[in-house]
Amino acid sequence: MDWTALALSLRLAGWTVAILLPISILAGRFLAYRRFAGKGLIEALVMLPLILPPTVFGFYLLVAFGRNSPIGGIWQEMFGHQLVFSFEGLVVASVIFNLPFAIQPAQRGFEAVGEQVREAAACCGMSPLASLRQVELPLAWPGILTAMTLTFAHTLGEFGIVLMVGGSIPGETRTIAISIYDRVQAFDDQGAGIMSAVLVGISLATIAVTYALSARIGRRLG
Amino acid sequence: MALEVMARNAAPIPLDVRFRVEPGELLALVGHSGSGKTSLLRAIAGLWRPDTGRVTVDGQVWLDTDARVNLPPHRRHVGMVFQSYALFPHMSAAQNIQAAMAGACAEERRAEAGRLLDLVNLSGLGGRRPAQLSGGQQQRVALARALARRPRALLLDEPFSAVDRATRERLHAEIVALRAHLNMPVVLVTHDMNEAQILADRIAVLSKGVIVREGSTPELMSDPVALRAMGLREVAAMLSARVAGQEADGLTRLDTAGGAILLPRIEAERGVPIRVRILAHEVILARARPEGLSAQNILAGRVRRIVPGEGPGVMVYLAIGDEEIVSRITRRAAESLALAPGDEVFAILKSMSVARDHVGRAPSARSEM
Repeated sequence: MDWTALALSLRLAGWTVAILLPISILAGRFLAYRRFAGKGLIEALVMLPLILPPTVFGFYLLVAFGRNSPIGGIWQEMFGHQLVFSFEGLVVASVIFNLPFAIQPAQRGFEAVGEQVREAAACCGMSPLASLRQVELPLAWPGILTAMTLTFAHTLGEFGIVLMVGGSIPGETRTIAISIYDRVQAFDDQGAGIMSAVLVGISLATIAVTYALSARIGRRLG
Repeated sequence: MALEVMARNAAPIPLDVRFRVEPGELLALVGHSGSGKTSLLRAIAGLWRPDTGRVTVDGQVWLDTDARVNLPPHRRHVGMVFQSYALFPHMSAAQNIQAAMAGACAEERRAEAGRLLDLVNLSGLGGRRPAQLSGGQQQRVALARALARRPRALLLDEPFSAVDRATRERLHAEIVALRAHLNMPVVLVTHDMNEAQILADRIAVLSKGVIVREGSTPELMSDPVALRAMGLREVAAMLSARVAGQEADGLTRLDTAGGAILLPRIEAERGVPIRVRILAHEVILARARPEGLSAQNILAGRVRRIVPGEGPGVMVYLAIGDEEIVSRITRRAAESLALAPGDEVFAILKSMSVARDHVGRAPSARSEM
């Protein structure tokens, strides 16, 4: 059992969720409420990582973040090491790759609030921030929770993009999914089996907790 | 404290209106869907901005497109009741009401919410969520929430359209009773002329974004042009009355300036003032007090004026005390009776011709409620 890999995966998923939570709220809310030209294009772009093969997506990120790219160059200047094949690089890739999982459910959540309820909040004297806190977030919460659960579970299991952008550096970029693959390559079926079972357990627990929370919210709104 | 509104807009919602509502006055904006009445209400609340417009309350400017002033809704002190109520589903009734209160400590807010719940006859239901309340109860919470803001203007957008007829009648009576507590300008948007007649002091008829007629409720309801703009054939007058007693046969005896009349049972205490809507085509005229007639209600009045209508009919306006009712009869009948202004006549109406929702509690009942 590769505990380092498991810890790394959990750390990666945690960071991804932490970064995507505010992004999903802001972007989901924006896409839910606004009508503008080119909205369909933006929604399609957000969904793109969902349909692209992870290797293709990973390849483009590798090119975009590489030492010779502007982004990779600036990173190297600032932090003295490469963005690719580092934990930070994995986090950035993971955030981008999880955009559809984070934004779409949040957008649906905010859409469910309803225009008239938002207008009522404004007519009750609530500033946009007060309205977000007191009315919109409590109502959009199931969608945001779903978004974060999907992001977390999906990051734990992501393989192709991690391999492309991060490689398999123990303690730095070797996540549990990569580690399972390595074990299989080394004919260690037992090790791979245990880790796979652990991953299934964690994923199931995550989903179960989300369902329980959603049901509680559902009863509250009953 | 008067509310003054001017709004002009080209497309997609054509609008060109100007009106004023005094404190404590209830103005009904009546019109078909698409006439721009709801947009007008939204412009007052700040939810929609017309091309050109000016909205002031008590000298405070909420919107002035010339001066580039456009306060967002949360900075306008407006109370709004939405068509579908738009209650916050995750909050209890009391929390919904408290959500509209600014400042004040939690203790005061709770007390104030309790007071408002009492006011809209929802005592004891403050802990329920909107989903656990009936349509009529939700409507009352929405009204209490709008009042909780201590609004400088109260806006009601078709507030009774989503409840059944019986509930609507009860809510109408409650609104009339509540008027004593409403000292701000009130604007009611409705497509129901009957509702406007029962609730409003003044009516403005909106058609294709323009106010085609505006005036006091009695004036408007006997104005064929305004009624035609509403697509109504029925001219009607409101007659003030006072409940005199309940008869054993299920009728209610009312006192009016023109004598006693009997109507199908009205659930009200003796002495309660009400308003009865009398349709012009249900009123028969006679020169002398008729006898041996099945119709029970005979009111003595005097002809004020006779207005020829389109086709074979005429409108005869009668003074009953210091009020007015209207009778629509044929030109031939008017000529054979040789009616002229100043003549004394008797108006006859069938008890059963006054439908239940044509009876409302009178605004003059304020002090007694």
